[in-house]
Amino acid sequence: MSDILLDVRNLRVEFETRAGTMPVLDDISFTLRRGERISFVGESGCGKSMTALTMMGLLPAIGKIASGEIIFKGEDIANASEARLQHLRGNEISMIFQEPMTSLNPVFTIGNQISEVLKRHRSMDHGTAMQTAVNLLDAVKIPDAKTRINDYPHQLSGGQRQRVMIAIALACEPEILIADEPTTALDVTVQAEIFDLLRDIGARTNTAIILITHDMGAVRQMAERMLVMYAGRKVEEGPVQDIIDAASHPYTRGLISCVPHIRSDVSTLPDSLPEIPGIVPAITSFGKNQCLFAPRCTRVQQSCLDSKPVPTVISAPTRHQVTCWNAHGGTK
Amino acid sequence: MAQQNNTSQLQDQARAQEANDQPKAQHPAMEIWLMFIANRAALAAMLVLISIVLAAIFGPFFYPTDPFEMVWAPFTPPGTDGFILGTDYLGRDLLAGLLHGGRVSITIGLVAALMSVFIGISFGAFAGYYRGYVEEILMRITEFFQVLPTLLFSMVIVALFGASLQIITIAIGLVSWTAVARITRAEFLRIRELEYVTASRSAGATNFKLIFSIILPNALPPIIVQAALMVGSAILFEAGLAFLGLSDPNVVSWGQIIGSNRTYILDASYTVTIPGLAIFVTVLAISLIGDGLNDALNPKLRQR
Repeated sequence: MSDILLDVRNLRVEFETRAGTMPVLDDISFTLRRGERISFVGESGCGKSMTALTMMGLLPAIGKIASGEIIFKGEDIANASEARLQHLRGNEISMIFQEPMTSLNPVFTIGNQISEVLKRHRSMDHGTAMQTAVNLLDAVKIPDAKTRINDYPHQLSGGQRQRVMIAIALACEPEILIADEPTTALDVTVQAEIFDLLRDIGARTNTAIILITHDMGAVRQMAERMLVMYAGRKVEEGPVQDIIDAASHPYTRGLISCVPHIRSDVSTLPDSLPEIPGIVPAITSFGKNQCLFAPRCTRVQQSCLDSKPVPTVISAPTRHQVTCWNAHGGTK
Repeated sequence: MAQQNNTSQLQDQARAQEANDQPKAQHPAMEIWLMFIANRAALAAMLVLISIVLAAIFGPFFYPTDPFEMVWAPFTPPGTDGFILGTDYLGRDLLAGLLHGGRVSITIGLVAALMSVFIGISFGAFAGYYRGYVEEILMRITEFFQVLPTLLFSMVIVALFGASLQIITIAIGLVSWTAVARITRAEFLRIRELEYVTASRSAGATNFKLIFSIILPNALPPIIVQAALMVGSAILFEAGLAFLGLSDPNVVSWGQIIGSNRTYILDASYTVTIPGLAIFVTVLAISLIGDGLNDALNPKLRQR
């Protein structure tokens, strides 16, 4: 299986707070193949972004990897040195952020900021780096790249800034691109353009993409596989279409039913949009030995409160698995 | 088909027009400059300061009288016997003293301010970036310097190491960097949490790079303002030390002229008034410039 690019095994990340040590990520495992597009889904505070930051080695100071491995091209980067991580970041693994308005340094031109990565990782001289930056701006479809290269971030629109961020992220042709809610701050029309761009570039350069989102529509449009997270744990993982058609975990079902038109079969539209009652539990209860979704679950039973559910494989060939004591079976 | 061509042509035309209508974007430095010269007081102050600096640099060439030489009768009032500003208690030419002294006073002000900016930025940047025990140690040192009575501390340094120009400059720089350190630290604490810093880090930037070429340029505006004001206060500080007799006896400075003539303040008040006015005008000009810079560099105060 040489096409496995990233193999995350039983990752556990803990936060050291005044109230004690608590896990923010608990037993997360997944694999990413070359050129594959995977999506992390879940409500705010479920640990999606934290998973991404952990892979980049950018955990906040209070966080640390307690156990588990992050194997990138055969190398465990969970315990890699800072120097090694600095070499990987922006070079092999890149990331784009939610807020294109604030993700660019206001005092430098965008050409300067794109060429910076190239100078650092590709040891290019200034002239070559600037020329490459122009080509990159062209590739992310910014019109008139030659003159825009000398613009400052405040002279660009939100969508253009996100394109510049993508250009920076892709400058060194990374193996993995992590997109942390890349379109949340953008207009709907611009969202579609950005997704098109990401998909095109991903396919052309065979870059694996990890898309973090809570937008089921985006998942369907962008990803091949999805990983549903709840309260720092993985609740379901599998091919996007399989999960949308036949989600096994009650939480996944809830998420999907919150989005009208997402299911292939649209003949049965409900009168009102369903919602999942309640909110994600506070981080202080993340470590409990029980199902953390139980307080909000319609299928809760005694075993859910007694112990933490273990992953069960639903379909081995598609690697569809669910972590639930009382999962839905078959197509709804 | 022809219709389609026409449409795309019109679209192109419309787009070109749109591009023309967009306000021409300016370099940020240009914007700041325009903002600065809109402030009349700051602009006037800058013209005044430029003439003072030019006078200090080129004055001694055009008026080569040695400020230490006794050239005429003591206490010659200004305007008599060809001495525009008169002579002091030893018969030394005050105009020569003012021109030569300007060099020394302004140089001390600039170098001392530069020195405190350098120390202050180093302390503040590392403390604000690394946090934790680095911050603890650096900020405790800063506080140590902050609680020392500044004048007393610099007097001790000058008394211990001798009253030479270098020692006096170092003494002034050493007691006035704490404000810069605190401002720099505060800016770093704010900026390090911003998304573009995380973005740069995720693009592989090293700590050194993040501190000096990502965060520092964004933290500069308040530091520049503080530095400008510090040049003024350093000149005042030097004058204070010189008034107390702690000045380099081999060079003239404005403060030293005041200090040496202070006994005759009632008999020949012009001997202290004239250098005093020079200090006053210079420091006032620097303060007004600092104020203008503050307005120009603070985006919240910018109109539009």
